[in-house]
Amino acid sequence: MSEGAILQMRGICKFFPGVRALDGVDFTLCKGDIHALMGENGAGKSTLIKVLTGVYPKDAGEITLEGKVVSIRSPQDAQNVGISTVYQEITLCPNLSVAENMYIGREKDKLVNWRKRNTEADKLLRSLDIPAKASQQLSSCSIAVQQMVAIARAVDMDCKVLILDEPTSSLDEQEVAKLFRLMRDLKAKGVGIIFVTHFLDQVYEVCDKITVLRDGKLVGEYVIEDLPRVQLVSKMLGKDLDDMSDIKSEASVYEGEGAGQNVFECEQLCSNAGIKPFDFYIKKGEVNGFTGLLGSGRSECVRAIFGADHVTGGKVRKNGKEIKISKPIQAMKQGIAYLPEDRKIDGIVADLSVRENIILALQVMKGFFKPFTKAQANKFADEYIKLLGIKTASADTPIKSLSGGNQQKCILARWLLTNPEYLILDEPTRGIDVGTKIDIQKLVLKLASEGMSVTFISSETDEMLRTCSRLVVMRDRKVVGELSGDELTQNMIMNTIAGGDGN
Amino acid sequence: MNILKKIVSKQIFIPCAALLLLALFNLINDPSFFKITLGHNSDGDPVLNGYLITILDYGSELAILAIGMTLVTAATGGQDISVGAGIAIAGSVILRVLCGSNSRPTELQTSLIVAFLVAVLVSMAFSAFNGVLVAYFKIQPMVATLILFTAGRSIAAWINNNELPIISADCDKSFSYWGNYIPGIPIPTPVFIAAISVLIIMLVLKFTNLKLYTQSVGINPKSSRLNGLNPEMIKIISFVILGVCVAISGLIKVSRLQTINYSVVAKDIEMDAILAVALGGNALSGGKFNMWASILGAYVIQFLTTTLYKLDVRSDALPAYKAIVVIILVVASAPIVREKIGGFFKKFRSSENKGGAAA
Repeated sequence: MSEGAILQMRGICKFFPGVRALDGVDFTLCKGDIHALMGENGAGKSTLIKVLTGVYPKDAGEITLEGKVVSIRSPQDAQNVGISTVYQEITLCPNLSVAENMYIGREKDKLVNWRKRNTEADKLLRSLDIPAKASQQLSSCSIAVQQMVAIARAVDMDCKVLILDEPTSSLDEQEVAKLFRLMRDLKAKGVGIIFVTHFLDQVYEVCDKITVLRDGKLVGEYVIEDLPRVQLVSKMLGKDLDDMSDIKSEASVYEGEGAGQNVFECEQLCSNAGIKPFDFYIKKGEVNGFTGLLGSGRSECVRAIFGADHVTGGKVRKNGKEIKISKPIQAMKQGIAYLPEDRKIDGIVADLSVRENIILALQVMKGFFKPFTKAQANKFADEYIKLLGIKTASADTPIKSLSGGNQQKCILARWLLTNPEYLILDEPTRGIDVGTKIDIQKLVLKLASEGMSVTFISSETDEMLRTCSRLVVMRDRKVVGELSGDELTQNMIMNTIAGGDGN
Repeated sequence: MNILKKIVSKQIFIPCAALLLLALFNLINDPSFFKITLGHNSDGDPVLNGYLITILDYGSELAILAIGMTLVTAATGGQDISVGAGIAIAGSVILRVLCGSNSRPTELQTSLIVAFLVAVLVSMAFSAFNGVLVAYFKIQPMVATLILFTAGRSIAAWINNNELPIISADCDKSFSYWGNYIPGIPIPTPVFIAAISVLIIMLVLKFTNLKLYTQSVGINPKSSRLNGLNPEMIKIISFVILGVCVAISGLIKVSRLQTINYSVVAKDIEMDAILAVALGGNALSGGKFNMWASILGAYVIQFLTTTLYKLDVRSDALPAYKAIVVIILVVASAPIVREKIGGFFKKFRSSENKGGAAA
């Protein structure tokens, strides 16, 4: 097993107050392997990566690199011994040029010949087939290209181990394909790659081996051919997965008062975010969705509905009455809730506790002079922590110390607590493990069966197909079609997005 | 060990520890530091004397300012450096309204309460101006308030036509009560004013969402907006509250001397107010705050100043000595250092456990 191993981690332990984040985890990476690290939220993937890259000190265990025991105390140390990381969020400087980003923080000479640097950078970018120029400002590149630049930087540092922490979550399919091509090139050059992702398809497309973690413990290491998907999922969850293909038909349809009536409708709504005016409606108890490629304007549409962007025109009706929404608070008062796409920037208030994050929206609606008592706030928080299974040491824990999926659940809890009539979920399952994903999908259908109207946006089409009964299709910031009933198939969606004739 | 760690990790520990250290130092150096005696002032009224009283008395303005500065820091992630100039303006307004155009009045034009309320309004207006620059024009708070910092004392002088009005005891005796003593009460009046201010802000924090709102706006304005808050308005409100604090301090300052010196009054007090916030362990980059810790921080600074005076440090050398102590305090309260200390305790404990297991 240790034949050809470049990186070995043995018995790694990491404790946080009240949580065993890692408990005796072993991990082995071989030369030229793409090794997937899988697990649910809070399974310890990110913690393991952070221990490996020196962000967290480990409490026990040993890390061996090419047979030598190494001690990694800081990200700088990790970089020096040849471990490079590309995070989900780009950690480069957007206002510097591509070349500057590639060489920043690792100059050995006092003087820099930037012209030489630029030529070198261009050569490297070309050899890796990355569509960027060395002198271009980084922020003018797409997210995917920025990610590739981050990888190019890592490659140029002669890294032996490359860690990709959910690099694909904000990329569209073509961009993912490009990234995979780059990964395979590096693999051929003998770089060991650790690939953290939630997308099963991608794991089976590029990886050689899979290590599964659960609750901070090692479940096992598998060669990809020996582990069918269903087994992988059940290993991650620690239980057999119930049939996830058809949750929609199980859910009952809402037939109570007001069923079939439009809860919300808008005509020619547009905002300053650059979308073309669009018409839209949602019925009581309906689940519908906006679909389209990344950047097609699907998020901007719901932001316009919620008043998150500056609304520049259009009519909006709620339960038949004309209303005006220009600020989020007005939408909230109308019983509209919006879970934003970007959890970190628009969602969480990082330093505040889980409790404060959960009650925030309801508290704002209740008013400045009517704060909840501590007991009330605790009751709300505890109720939703239990209901959504949020993994946190306590309600007092700052939300920033929770794993991504659990943060998302807190934000979901925040909006469910306001008991909205119309719930907008923009990418609620991004960066979330399979088990929680299904929980959230089921929850959406359950809420709808109780009379809540839900708009669901997701990059994963099959997730949309599983939950939505009607899809609004967008292309180039314009609504180009609407699909419902039998038209809801992968092919039809693709065709409508692509703008073909439907065949 | 665990309890000790818990205490150390509390935010309020830093100003408390600093206060204790200073107290301990004085106790060893000269126990008479803590002596409080009942004496009589020149009017024959009973007054309490002693260094502790001095600290409480002269720490009042700083404590009041620390309240507003904490809120501004939390909401905007920056500081208002114009509070000293603001105090000059507020004090000048009070004297102007009371004296009219006569700088040596024989009787006051209006009652003090009117003059004070006008000063509060003026002060709030100036602060709102700062707030608008910060909230809507997204100017760095220090840069935005630099304008008033530079211009404020000239504005204050201009309000009184460059004259220095004096309200003598013959004209109105009660004017001096606010910065000194009310006859018959041996405790300085500013102590009461500070106590009432603290009480009010604590009630406001308890019975409104001011804390939650300022903290969320300070941490993540974008997300706050999507939760229905108006980040701009909350930033302005924090400045306006500071404006009220400035006016109150202005009243105390002019009442202490019954006159004003535009270039000297409340000089460098903004730095002490910011220091109070920092000493309280609050992040100057905004976000979470602890109001008690800030207020305590203000008294720590005054304690330090008084201690240095007591040691006969020359007044022009005072800032240098103060700086040394402040550096130590601020470094000790820096999160990095505290983490290290926490880590040290943890190691200590685990080695203790290991020792126990081996035995």
